Amino acid sequence: MSEPQDSHQVPTPSLWPIGFAIGVACILVGLVVSVPVLVVGALIALVFGFLWVRDVLKGHPVTSAEPAPEEAPRAATVGDVDASVDRATFLSLATIGIGGLIGAGLTLPVLGFAVLPSFDGEGVATKDVNLGPITNFPEGEYVIATFLDDPDQGEVSRRTAFIRNNGPTDAGVPSFTAIYSRCVHLGCPVQPNGPIDEEAKKEVNGVELRPVLAASFGCPCHGGLYNSEGNRQAGPPVRSLDRFEFSIVNGDLVLGRTFSVGNVEGTGANARIAKYYKAYPGVHVDGVERFLYPIPTPGSTGN
Amino acid sequence: MAKTARRKQLEAAALYPLDWVEERSGLVGYTKWFLFRKVPHDISWAQTLGAAALTAFIAQVLTGVILAMYYKPDPANAYPSVVNITEDVTLGWLVRGMHKWGASVFIILLFFHMARTFLFGAYKYPRELNWIIGVLLLVSGMLEGFTGYLLPWDQTAYWATVVGINLNATAPFLGPFLAQFLQGGLNIGPDTLPKFYSLHMLLIPGLIFALIGLHLYLVVRLGVTSPPWSETAAGREREETGAREGLIRDPAVEGGEV
Repeated sequence: MSEPQDSHQVPTPSLWPIGFAIGVACILVGLVVSVPVLVVGALIALVFGFLWVRDVLKGHPVTSAEPAPEEAPRAATVGDVDASVDRATFLSLATIGIGGLIGAGLTLPVLGFAVLPSFDGEGVATKDVNLGPITNFPEGEYVIATFLDDPDQGEVSRRTAFIRNNGPTDAGVPSFTAIYSRCVHLGCPVQPNGPIDEEAKKEVNGVELRPVLAASFGCPCHGGLYNSEGNRQAGPPVRSLDRFEFSIVNGDLVLGRTFSVGNVEGTGANARIAKYYKAYPGVHVDGVERFLYPIPTPGSTGN
Repeated sequence: MAKTARRKQLEAAALYPLDWVEERSGLVGYTKWFLFRKVPHDISWAQTLGAAALTAFIAQVLTGVILAMYYKPDPANAYPSVVNITEDVTLGWLVRGMHKWGASVFIILLFFHMARTFLFGAYKYPRELNWIIGVLLLVSGMLEGFTGYLLPWDQTAYWATVVGINLNATAPFLGPFLAQFLQGGLNIGPDTLPKFYSLHMLLIPGLIFALIGLHLYLVVRLGVTSPPWSETAAGREREETGAREGLIRDPAVEGGEV
């Protein structure tokens, strides 16, 4: 094969691979989300894959224009008759094609297996934590509650919440402020700024309760400062401290999942809390900067 | 006379296996090409920092492989197994200490090696590609540090990883997804530890091995640079490094056409 002919073998740019890729993406999304998306993705991938392969095979009329001289004495084969692709080109294309198929067959499931389970809904099931009778929480005062979020994991799942009994709301419903200690800058544990009453320490079903006179919360890592409602006052945090959902079951205070807070207006029982889906520390949930994080990660939607 | 003949006989006997291997593989020649190279006469200890970093990496591989025999990468057993290695297994405290402190030694040596290369101008033509590979090696080394830090599975490990992952999460658009991928879910949990373990001892070391291979190949191919104050190098014609042999696009011909 002579040199100039090589240049004809470069495939022309085509849109079919893009469609094929979209189809594969739909398949991967469908694996997680729903079967119909999977089927649609498979159809798209098949159609575009077929068009792509047809395009690639059609785009190589290599020897039709001027057959190479050394090929002339060779006996005609089936390949010469019904296709314009010669044997060497066909073999190399077939090798690349089959190799690509095998490669994709190996790589795609492995890649999907590596990436997708992290986004498959709730990776770690959050368990409700019972903090004991609400009578352990004096009105208008913060209590540091430390507990195991998931006893199966042991000490590494120890979490801290700052709980304040706000007394009943105007409607007569008990109200609590349950702040999660994780700083919304980068996730260091936030400390209450005030003396801890170690003598009044209580242990209730493995939950440690220590009253504290805290009017603000500070982060030891980079100096983030929050007021008593968890609103940012100074430092690098981008929003207010996250909170726990809570419920009262048989007179016990039970913490549920955490959610993110944009801003808190007012105080205590009458506070208006701008509640958002759980977001990572450092991620803006309101303001102009929220457009930098347009898609909440799967699982943060609080389903 | 007799002694010389005997000596020749001995040499032949000693060299025979090497010749046998060489004739069938060419490996002896490649090893000579790799090890017995000409270097500038005015190089110093500064040029040994790369080899020192390589040695530190090999030490990490050796100690890491042995530690993996005693470490248990699941949330319930990880911390107890680290305690067991440190306190009960014979010489475990030493090997774990070598791995822990050796990690810092490796990173520090990488930075010294990088500083030497930068200050000596050894990243310039034709060695730019090797600088790029070196930067990738630095990133891989730091990823090793990040993933390895979680493995003791204590509070230090947990919070350091929390902050590290949340740093990634602050990147716009894809940051939260990257963080969730690293965590293997919404929180650092049972899936995070084995994931970091796998990255730490399989994927990233494999990457580092491959990059070191490329790095060394380029070092041997392009040779060692003289220091910038070298007088012999200053007035000398550029030595033929072989770098421009076999260029796909012949610069001389293209220059002629213009």
